[in-house]
Amino acid sequence: MAAATTGPGSLGLVETRTVTLFTRERPLALDSGATLGPVEVAYETYGTLDAAGANCVFVCHALTGDAHAAGHHGDPTRPGWWDTLIGPRKPVDTDRYYVVCANLLGGCTGTTGPSSTDPATGRQYGLRFPLFTVADLVRVHRALLAHLGVERPLAAIGGSVGGMQVLQWAIDHPQELRSGIAVCATARLSAQNIAFSAVAREAILTDPDFCGGDYYDGPSRPDRGLALARRIAHITYLSEESMRQKFGRRIQDAGAPRMGFDVDFEVESYLRHQGETFLRRFDANSYLYLSRVMDYFDPFGDPAVLARLHAIETRFLAVSFDTDWRFDTAHSREIVRRLAAARVPVSFREIASPHGHDSFLLELPAYHRTVAAFLERQAAQAGVA
Amino acid sequence: MRPDLDLVAGWVPRSARVLDLGCGDGALLEHLARERGCETLGIDLDGDALDASIARGVPVVQADIDRGLPDLGDDSFDLVVLSQTLQATHRPALVLREMMRVGRRAVVSFPNFGHWRLRAGLVLGGRMPSSRVLPDSWHETRNIHLCTLRDFEELAGAERMRIAERVLLGLDGRPRDGTSTRRRPNLLAAGAAYLLECDGRGA
Repeated sequence: MAAATTGPGSLGLVETRTVTLFTRERPLALDSGATLGPVEVAYETYGTLDAAGANCVFVCHALTGDAHAAGHHGDPTRPGWWDTLIGPRKPVDTDRYYVVCANLLGGCTGTTGPSSTDPATGRQYGLRFPLFTVADLVRVHRALLAHLGVERPLAAIGGSVGGMQVLQWAIDHPQELRSGIAVCATARLSAQNIAFSAVAREAILTDPDFCGGDYYDGPSRPDRGLALARRIAHITYLSEESMRQKFGRRIQDAGAPRMGFDVDFEVESYLRHQGETFLRRFDANSYLYLSRVMDYFDPFGDPAVLARLHAIETRFLAVSFDTDWRFDTAHSREIVRRLAAARVPVSFREIASPHGHDSFLLELPAYHRTVAAFLERQAAQAGVA
Repeated sequence: MRPDLDLVAGWVPRSARVLDLGCGDGALLEHLARERGCETLGIDLDGDALDASIARGVPVVQADIDRGLPDLGDDSFDLVVLSQTLQATHRPALVLREMMRVGRRAVVSFPNFGHWRLRAGLVLGGRMPSSRVLPDSWHETRNIHLCTLRDFEELAGAERMRIAERVLLGLDGRPRDGTSTRRRPNLLAAGAAYLLECDGRGA
């Protein structure tokens, strides 16, 4: 070991760029048969692509993520959503890897989505935006990589819906990804998962300000519905234990409970805050589309997919967290079971963490060690310096 | 690599599909993949062991083999290895049964509790025996299901496993096949490695 080791650092200031990957003339062909154009994609890159084009790690974000995965946009105290994992000398080491993260299709932070203008009408798409699939999300990722000159990524990595994209990518293009890391992901939502998503969507759909999705020009937006949707979902991201540790039954304003229906407990205040801050960065229609994508995802339910799983040359790592009840360990095990049965090289580790589904965003040493060890090995195998 | 693993490697045909239960740092599987072109999968419960295997490029899945191998299909491996792990399982018979379900052949190695030193420790010392192979004291050891060669062979028979080969091991873990050891294996061998086949299914 070197005498002096330098600890992990920050990427510092980074910026989101935008590129038009599909046009009206050359549109994106979706699974549904619909076409979409133009499609703009917001993305960030960190590090440098090596001469062989072999060191690219593509980061797939989860339901409400964006292209800004690491570094900061001017305020170092507000880093990107996966800054714990990505940066110089971090597990996804930007000194070694060329890291790319893009806002998802249907999103609302720079990539074309329901809040973008429909060139056919000159108005925002709203619910006229076409439904899309996880495979469509991957289509756009691949178009971005083609634009950036990457043919064969070293790895694709993602948590939750991000992991679904990694799995779909390997299924649809079995020789493209050298490796895939799916953290607290699932190959299909359970009835309970869908139930939570359905109630969250209903909060948006029944908000009087939703106006059938055409709220962009109106005086108000479906803020109550969207905030409620976020709160419902947020409960599923935390574990019982982490809620008990964070809030217990503490009363918000230190004094005695007010004994009424206003916010009284700390946990209520926290959830209200979560809902409100979410409004500043998310669009209700995007929430509907992106959460619906997850419900329909079920690649192993398709016999044609099962028949071609054995062709996958991607080496997989699946990671779960023991207190995650959104996509618990059984979900990851199912992915592992299917891949192992098809003789796809797959590793799996369940990490002990009290933080539930949100664990994948946190700095947990065991989790980070495993991801780093896996990536390191893939890099060595691919001849990355 | 541990000498007993060298021995196991000698029983693995080229390009075989090999499952290693309690694979530790993955040294055996890495060797088999590199030297014999094997397709491998390791199973372990320990986080550091998993990371070590992953760092070697050995696919490894975290699982508790005492719960069986529900995620693995019937006959999906040519060979299933259980090296120096049987004595630490809670349900040895279940583990053996699962090995024969997911694989065609099995390799099992373990320390022999019938070895004279261990017998002497108990008879003469009046204490639970310990040795280089079984160093921990009785209340700390993970080795909860210790057996002698004779005990194991009886269980293997009851589980309809045929012993295709048996190699006796010395205290250093290397094969030990002196005349006296061969004559009194249960007393003189410090351990053994078995190559087992399912009775009535053929190799």
